[in-house]
Amino acid sequence: MSFSISLSVNGVTREVALDDPRVTLLDLLRERLHLTGSKKGCDRGQCGACTVLLDGRRVNACLALAVACDGAEVVTIEGLAAQDPSGADGLHPVQAAFIAHDGFQCGFCTPGQIMSAVGLIREGQAGDDPERVREGMSGNLCRCGAYAGITEAVLEAQRVLTAGDAGHEQEDAA
Amino acid sequence: MKRFDYVRPATVAEAVAAAAEPGAAYLAGGTNLLDLMKSGAAAPGRLVDVSRLPGLDRIEELPDGGLRIGALVRNADLAHDSDFARRFPAIAEALLSGASAQLRNAATVGGNLLQRTRCAWFADPASACNRRAPGSGCDARGGDSRQQAVLGWNEACVATHPSDFCVPLAALDAVVEIEGRAGRRAVAFEDFHRLPGQTPERETTLAQGELVVALRLPAGAEAFSANARYLKVRERTSFAFAVVSAAAALRLEGGRIAEARLALGGVAAKPWRCPEAEALLAGRPPGPEAFRQAAEAALAEARAPGDNAFKIELARRTAARALTLALAGTPARVPALPASPFAPVPGALVHA
Ligand SMILES: Cc1cc2nc3c(=O)[nH]c(=O)nc-3n(C[C@H](O)[C@H](O)[C@H](O)COP(=O)(O)OP(=O)(O)OC[C@H]3O[C@@H](n4cnc5c(N)ncnc54)[C@H](O)[C@@H]3O)c2cc1C
Ligand code: SF4
Ligand code: FES
Ligand code: FES
Repeated sequence: MSFSISLSVNGVTREVALDDPRVTLLDLLRERLHLTGSKKGCDRGQCGACTVLLDGRRVNACLALAVACDGAEVVTIEGLAAQDPSGADGLHPVQAAFIAHDGFQCGFCTPGQIMSAVGLIREGQAGDDPERVREGMSGNLCRCGAYAGITEAVLEAQRVLTAGDAGHEQEDAA
Repeated sequence: MKRFDYVRPATVAEAVAAAAEPGAAYLAGGTNLLDLMKSGAAAPGRLVDVSRLPGLDRIEELPDGGLRIGALVRNADLAHDSDFARRFPAIAEALLSGASAQLRNAATVGGNLLQRTRCAWFADPASACNRRAPGSGCDARGGDSRQQAVLGWNEACVATHPSDFCVPLAALDAVVEIEGRAGRRAVAFEDFHRLPGQTPERETTLAQGELVVALRLPAGAEAFSANARYLKVRERTSFAFAVVSAAAALRLEGGRIAEARLALGGVAAKPWRCPEAEALLAGRPPGPEAFRQAAEAALAEARAPGDNAFKIELARRTAARALTLALAGTPARVPALPASPFAPVPGALVHA
């Protein structure tokens, strides 16, 4: 049996014919759509390296079946800057904050960390409490131990993004 | 991974019909099922994707004052529903202490109830496991026993149920609504998960093709909201399964315990309700002595299958500490480190 699915990846509609339903969303992204930014660390939901936004929410792409994502909207690290290029060098503010705060060493976990941070900021549960940020980011492991910089980066990006939101509200009110 | 056939039914009736044959499995968030399919521990021939079935993603008030939670409500959405968290704080805390934010965004209420044991030998098709392959034996014996049971186990199987969510659900008398080809039935939470007995492969009361459609919390469960906590001891601060956990809830009246609820996680093949401990607490003034006695009663029958006798005393202390935290009062918001022993609330004895 073959399945044809259609999903939006980084704003572009992709029609994919799957000859096998076993393909995960992560393998679809990496091997069929050649978006290798999302990493395969464990392939078991344990490391967070494969984190993407699925219909706006952070999830582990390694534990989602591609065929079950028919019709979904996916954003990966490759498409993030296009969503909000207001950070330094035209990057997304979360990407810019990771650079400013040394939120990585080898960089393997970084795409997942950044996508997870975007999800965390959207969820709006952590506020400016570093303990809540660390807890909210605990699904992303970093073997290099860049956690201190990651926490600072997430806190700063959150300040920038929420200040931006407040700015928009003021504009709306005016 | 074994090849399977994938179907996405449009209604509950179609789903139940599609899953009727042996070898068919429901797919919800997929966070447990796909994991086990990758190792080969699960090898369904057909996946029935229920993740988009209409009507099962709602939280609804019941006319009798209870609450009905659809089986497809995501773990994160339930925990962050502010009305739900205010009424059932120990359940919200348990949910937020489980897995990671990414997994909770995908995981569903039904899938959480139906998740399989994390016993390492169960997940490894090269090992003997009575739960995965009935009659093949149990290679877990003699292995690392930190995650093994101390209550309700037998020679057939020493595995534990890994869910956090299910522990306060057991304490608060939740009811599981199930739909099958014969219609709908409701099962008390206590009767939903099974101890191994002689059929460890049968983990719940569900028959082939039966679908969990909702969970109900009775009106009375809300009466504990001012004094309800979940406490989870794990190998690292976050993103780890419980070694031992406890849900404790108190209804206080005039300086005495009018009613107590206690359930333990990580100690048995099912979330372990402690009726003896609850009976012992009813009518007594709360405090360390009553809590310790309740904890002793809860673990009275405990035995260690391997090197995990430490879990018996750990479970007593976790139960007593959870009761102490419940007495101190439900915090206004789930703590930054949900259910963590390293996040004391004012007035609680950190080393009780
Ligand atoms: C790395 C990792 C860490 C985790 N840590 C924790 C933790 O600390 N605490 C914790 O509690 N959990 C933890 N989990 C487990 C997680 O909570 C479960 O995987 C999740 O709740 C399963 O929900 P799901 O919707 O993804 O289920 P699925 O994977 O889709 O399904 C799980 C099982 O339930 C069946 N099923 C699903 N829905 C229904 C239904 N409505 N009716 C009948 N059968 C159904 C499926 O057929 C399958 O057998 C962890 C998981 C991972 C991968
Ligand atoms: S303890 Fe139970 S689940 Fe683990 S290997 Fe033995 S029979 Fe299987
Ligand atoms: S690759 Fe998905 S969580 Fe590790
Ligand atoms: S930067 Fe190397 S794993 Fe995180």
